[in-house]
Amino acid sequence: MLAVSWAPLFEPGFFSSEPVHVALTVGAISAVVSGVVGVFTVIRGQSFAGHALSDIGTAGGSASFLVGTSTLYGFVAFNVVAAGVMELIGIRKPRGRDLATGIVLGASLGLAALFLYEGTISSSTTGATVNVLFGSIFTLAPGIMNVIAVLGFVSVSLIAVLYRPLLLSSVSYEMAAARRVPVRLVGAGYLLALALAVSMSAVTIGAILSTALLIGPAAVALRVATRTGVAIAVAAVVGVVACWAGTLIAYDSTVWAGGNGWPVSFCIVVVIFVLYFTSGVVSRLRADPRPATTSDLGRFVEPVEAA
Amino acid sequence: MVSTGLPQVGDDSRAGVANPVLQVEDLSVSLGGRQVLDRVSFSVEAGGFCGLIGSNGAGKTTLIRAILGLTAPSRGRIVVTDGTRSRQNPQIGYVPQKIVLEADMPLRARDLVGLGLDGHRFGIPWPKTKRRIAVEEMLDAVGATRFADVRIGTLSGGEQQRIMIAQALICRPKLLLLDEPLANLDIRSAAGVVELLARIAAEQRIAVLLSAHDMNPLLPVMDRVVYLADGRAVSGTTDQVVRTDILSRLYGHHVEVIHVEGRVLVVSGSEHQAHHPNDTDTFLRGP
Repeated sequence: MLAVSWAPLFEPGFFSSEPVHVALTVGAISAVVSGVVGVFTVIRGQSFAGHALSDIGTAGGSASFLVGTSTLYGFVAFNVVAAGVMELIGIRKPRGRDLATGIVLGASLGLAALFLYEGTISSSTTGATVNVLFGSIFTLAPGIMNVIAVLGFVSVSLIAVLYRPLLLSSVSYEMAAARRVPVRLVGAGYLLALALAVSMSAVTIGAILSTALLIGPAAVALRVATRTGVAIAVAAVVGVVACWAGTLIAYDSTVWAGGNGWPVSFCIVVVIFVLYFTSGVVSRLRADPRPATTSDLGRFVEPVEAA
Repeated sequence: MVSTGLPQVGDDSRAGVANPVLQVEDLSVSLGGRQVLDRVSFSVEAGGFCGLIGSNGAGKTTLIRAILGLTAPSRGRIVVTDGTRSRQNPQIGYVPQKIVLEADMPLRARDLVGLGLDGHRFGIPWPKTKRRIAVEEMLDAVGATRFADVRIGTLSGGEQQRIMIAQALICRPKLLLLDEPLANLDIRSAAGVVELLARIAAEQRIAVLLSAHDMNPLLPVMDRVVYLADGRAVSGTTDQVVRTDILSRLYGHHVEVIHVEGRVLVVSGSEHQAHHPNDTDTFLRGP
């Protein structure tokens, strides 16, 4: 019954198409990684760094297009180097962080302009630009799945290892430093995880849009979760749902629109936005679990029984 | 120590307190070429409640950072409990100055207390009964059980401060450092936090060093005071230090200490009060 009623949702060939398999797999991996890393990006107030890294990736993506390799390698190479330079310039204080990010971002976009220009000249097509900036998950080579899986594993493992110090230094840099947490090393490790996550989502939905996959699901999670672990799980699930639903809509739209469907990146971002909007309504409708606390400000005055 | 030319007050020497947990000896710190602390000496004993009083820019935060080992002194030394250097000593609990936590930060009050226990360790915290009980006991000790499951960012200033104190105490430190913990609290919340700290100091024999620009909320519980002005310090009991002659010599100009209805007012009696424009509570302009 259920299967029958769901059938019209999936246009013929969806499940037998190899590009769809690759798209669903790559989308799911990068969505999970983006969800895990994205929660920390939002908590640490480093959305700008995340966005900058995705823009910086355009330089790498366009460079690899010129060279003739997969854009993934360009994204990874440029983002990891950029993250390192940002850390070197000084990412500790919010102001220095913005400056470092802005400087590296500006330089990289200049390079991207050059590479994209060269690419357009040499191939006399705008395909490179669209591919790098807005992604094309349906055109990925199947072999890229293994690379994505390895990179995703590295990124998530980094976050798992750094989990507690990262959380502590997100609450207070000073507090973490006083506890002898190697705060700079932890920050650098996190940036590396971020660079990998952004590279993966750049392949999925394009360099320009990869921020949406990084920040969107995390923002949804922060609206509904009170615990870090739960927030990470929610962000990962929201990301996967958005990627899969977006892929499905894009695939189906080729039939609805008679041949030329909507870009898959557009569909994914639309789903993320709808989920973000819905989560806002949900979190507002839910009663605030917080008990009234104004009355207990003076509770300390009461004697507390000794253990 | 004597060469500072400052009054040596009371039992200020390193052998002064019976059971010192913290000894600061002849400490000088320079930041960016500016001498922030100039040969500061004092000690705090187990179970003692010491107020670190001074106006903004007097060097309170620098002194606390030096004790934590986050700022290197240019001379002098800091000894915590058992003779080890403070940098290597895990026996310090720390509550930093004004932390801003967003309301949507997905971290419950109890999670932050848990981070106080093992936040410096790598990896994901696995739920262990022992850890849960330790957190539960600490929440109870600071009276925070009622809002333990609420996001930390949605708590009031006083509630957040209690969680921060719990987070600092859960490792059973010998010394608790608090940097301006009363700064953003209303009078009632501040009194609650002070009372909590005094009780913990007495019950668990922890030395508390708390910085503030206004000593009045601390007067009921403070047994020692370190008074900082322009990087120099005098220390002793409140009665020994907060006196017209002592503070006048510390500031280098005449200040008047006035006791009014249980409150202490330090009134600047010269033109130099412009150095301390922010202390409307402690420093009142002379006529």
